[in-house]
Amino acid sequence: MAEKPKLHYTRGRGKMESIRWLLAAAGVEFEEEFIEKKEDLEKLRNDGSLLFQQVPMVEIDGMKMVQTRAILCYIAGKYNLYGKDLKERAWIDMYVEGTTDLMGMIMALPFQAADVKEKNIALITERATTRYFPVYEKALKDHGQDYLVGNKLSWADIHLLEAILMTEELKSDILSAFPLLQAFKGRMSNVPTIKKFLQPGSQRKPPLDEKSIANVRKIFSI
Amino acid sequence: MSEKPRLTYINGRGRMESIRWLLAAAGVEFEEIFLQTREQLLKLGQDGSLMFHQLPLVEIDGMKLVQCRAILSYIAGKYNLYGKDLKERALIDMYVEGISDLMQLILMFPFSPPEAKEKNIATIAEKATERYFPVFEKVLKQHGQDFLVGNRFSWADVQLMEAILAVEEKVPSVLSGFPQLQAFKTKMSNMPTIKKFLQPGSPRKPPPDENYVATVMKIFKLD
Repeated sequence: MAEKPKLHYTRGRGKMESIRWLLAAAGVEFEEEFIEKKEDLEKLRNDGSLLFQQVPMVEIDGMKMVQTRAILCYIAGKYNLYGKDLKERAWIDMYVEGTTDLMGMIMALPFQAADVKEKNIALITERATTRYFPVYEKALKDHGQDYLVGNKLSWADIHLLEAILMTEELKSDILSAFPLLQAFKGRMSNVPTIKKFLQPGSQRKPPLDEKSIANVRKIFSI
Repeated sequence: MSEKPRLTYINGRGRMESIRWLLAAAGVEFEEIFLQTREQLLKLGQDGSLMFHQLPLVEIDGMKLVQCRAILSYIAGKYNLYGKDLKERALIDMYVEGISDLMQLILMFPFSPPEAKEKNIATIAEKATERYFPVFEKVLKQHGQDFLVGNRFSWADVQLMEAILAVEEKVPSVLSGFPQLQAFKTKMSNMPTIKKFLQPGSPRKPPPDENYVATVMKIFKLD
């Protein structure tokens, strides 16, 4: 019987959250070991568990996987969320890179000074509504299907939902000009595994609070 | 007869160079379009060629692919440089992502202010010799094979070779503590497709100079 994947990270979203989303959407139960202080990270490093001395790290199928994108690609491939052929994979990859760029900007916010943060929130809002969301709105409009690629749930859909919710936390009406994305959000939220993940008590993490930000800075020396 | 892939970028390494390396290593001929003005970039964005209004752009197999990783993954998959199964792909992905983090430092280097350059070279040297190169030295030593993954040439080998040469341009003695990597570099240099790419007149681009930096700033409007 296969063991559950085990996630090593801090008790927050960061780079691990997309991995939690993907596993949850795939209906895969997983365990988490949280890095609460610097010594926990040092121990993982000294054990030789971290290929490049960094987290996220996910123990899965006998491997200690690192590098967020590598982990996500493996999970997507394993659970049939990566399209049916090379071309569908290319489309999924492109879409995911877009949402990765957008979420990356949001992820950096808690660690920025107030004036920089304010400027970046405006930039994120602009990018979301002029560069990123129009792409996915158009994709859904052009083929009229429920999912972004190949008329089937894929990593791209799950990642887009995560990005939408994260951006909405910044500006609640961010989808006002995107009717198809609103419908997409509604549909995706009702996919049973995702619905479960969106409920209180799941392994989904909340946005960072001040105390957590200070702790993360200490653990990663930033 | 299928058309050659067509690459659109500026005339320099930047984020397109890894793609040039991979296509060349796979023995695939390609064409290149070099943008010289911002207007050309904006026009591409307007006619819907650029999904996120960004370069690189690679036209291949009827698709207009953007986003480096998506492009590289497609090429690797198409030309059998991505391992034989999901687990080998996972190893290749991990290695490539790690190397890509190191390459990011090199990518950003030309754009750092003069007073920061010395410190940045030191950072590149430190990361290369303490975090990244030891990993690949160990991998090669442990399995004793010529290639990083599955005893077969893959995207990971190409990416590592590119990174070694790029770091050496900044830190010439960087491989002095890594005998396996030195042997790896020699073996890679002698692979016919790579050997050809390393010769003058190939699509390989020279290290970024002031001209390149100025062109990038102008076209991508960075400040």
